[in-house]
Amino acid sequence: MSIRRAWIVARLDLHRLTRSKDYLVPLVILASIFFVIIPWVMLGIVSRAGGSDLIQRIGGVLQSLPQIAQDNVKGSTPQARAAYTFAVYLLAPVAIVVPLTISSAIGAYGLIGDREKGTGEYLAHSPLHTSEIFYGKLIAAFIPGYLATIAGFGVYALIVNTRVGGLLGGWFFPTPEWWILILWVVPPFIIFSLGVILWASGRVQSAPAAQQASTLVTLPVIVMAYGVTSGLALDPVRGAIGIGAVAWVVALLVLRFTSRGLKRERLLGTGSQN
Amino acid sequence: MIEPAIKFDDVSKSFGDTLAVDALTLTIPRGSVTVFLGPNGAGKTTTVRLTTGALVPDVGEITVLGLSSIADGHEVRKICGVVPPNPAFFDQLSGIDNLKYAAEIAKAPKRAIAPAAERFGITDALHRRVDGYSTGMRTRLALARAVLHDPEILLLDEPTAGLDPESSRAVLGLIREMAGKGQTIVMCTHLLHEAEGIADVVVLMGSGQARAVGNPHDLMASYASEKCVAIDAVDRSELAILANMPGVLAVNGDGPVKVTVEDMSIVPDLVKSLVDKGVDITRVEPHTPTLEYLYFEMQSALGDQL
Repeated sequence: MSIRRAWIVARLDLHRLTRSKDYLVPLVILASIFFVIIPWVMLGIVSRAGGSDLIQRIGGVLQSLPQIAQDNVKGSTPQARAAYTFAVYLLAPVAIVVPLTISSAIGAYGLIGDREKGTGEYLAHSPLHTSEIFYGKLIAAFIPGYLATIAGFGVYALIVNTRVGGLLGGWFFPTPEWWILILWVVPPFIIFSLGVILWASGRVQSAPAAQQASTLVTLPVIVMAYGVTSGLALDPVRGAIGIGAVAWVVALLVLRFTSRGLKRERLLGTGSQN
Repeated sequence: MIEPAIKFDDVSKSFGDTLAVDALTLTIPRGSVTVFLGPNGAGKTTTVRLTTGALVPDVGEITVLGLSSIADGHEVRKICGVVPPNPAFFDQLSGIDNLKYAAEIAKAPKRAIAPAAERFGITDALHRRVDGYSTGMRTRLALARAVLHDPEILLLDEPTAGLDPESSRAVLGLIREMAGKGQTIVMCTHLLHEAEGIADVVVLMGSGQARAVGNPHDLMASYASEKCVAIDAVDRSELAILANMPGVLAVNGDGPVKVTVEDMSIVPDLVKSLVDKGVDITRVEPHTPTLEYLYFEMQSALGDQL
């Protein structure tokens, strides 16, 4: 397998994607909702809540956490601690939900799309190895999701610092665990999901079936992501590194299996019997 | 002995219960133009797909210039150019972008793009998005894409379907040009008249098998061996008397009649008899069967095998 040739496939798909508003607009909207609108509203509520019931309740929830988790929540007032909890822990899964949703939407259509449009026939007759096609599709689906996450992360950091930074003594975000989350944990989660989705996309008969398969894969991963990232409060840095390491191992094992599963004849469209 | 370009050795391929290619054994000579004729479902497209290794046969072996289409599929696809039926493109991109990516994938030099586009008359449309192309332009672009890397073997599956006469001529010109350079061309077609004059080998496909294989001349001798002459006259109704003349086996046709005779040596006598009877003859020429005629004669001879 040649990385250079896989990159040709990826560039080709990315080029198509940039010319397709039908794809780009929903992706931008989705990233904006999760990285901008929800944080803006939630953190705005916390920053203005002062000594309200909401803050008291969040304080009560925090006190029910193990001491080690309580120690990791910064802030000298209940309001500041609530703001820190929201910004650093409760909204952290967003960092995984957004790229997963975007990448899986692109990945699910990757192979079946070529098959339905007939471009799969061109790829099937081309000198490309099936693994090069597979990895090309994977890269092409990975990049938009991950880029949206990086961009969203920057915007999110601005929102957090401007909305609640004052409560915590100035700009405090990104925290170390968020850097690790974005740079170390998110990529293997996307790769794992894409590996399975592309594998399924090469097997199903239609785009709707590929979307169904994609949902079946993505939903459990999102639920899992919520669980692990919310649990980062227990041991933020070591926890994030550990979760990332496990995710990388699983993702690479999945890739090893799924990249070999693409059969050239599955790229051919209907009418193969003529 | 002529070196084979493609060899099918007892190749079968089925899709579920449908046997698309059935024990196909066939040798396509190097440097030849081989035309696959046959109705829909005859196995022509599957045969093309098996050749490049895009499909894997259930049984049998295919070799392309000595390379196995399965074990050496990667190498085989490097030396093949394929124009599939209804060629598809990355429609959001322009024609030039499609060709640039194709050149990269096939490891063809970028300088090959302009001559290929010019050859098929799509230079002016290259910077437009492909989803705005007509059927003919798409086929031209597919042809340009297929020849970018100067393939040794060109597989054309219904290449002239939907093309205007000018584009069809360009396709046939390409075939002649490539054959002249010693390249091997395999063409599947329904348009028999377009294969006329370019086919070195004709393969009549039916039910996944090669029912008849040979050069057009030999096939004519086998399946269209009648001795015929075409005769025309100022008053065509007067030609009806031919039917009662000695040595005439059949008279067919409403315009210039096709006269089937026992032996071509009687033709001068027929003409003399007609003149003697006052028929004003305007034309007498040997009837040369067309490929289309041959196809239907073969179909008639092979009947339900197709």
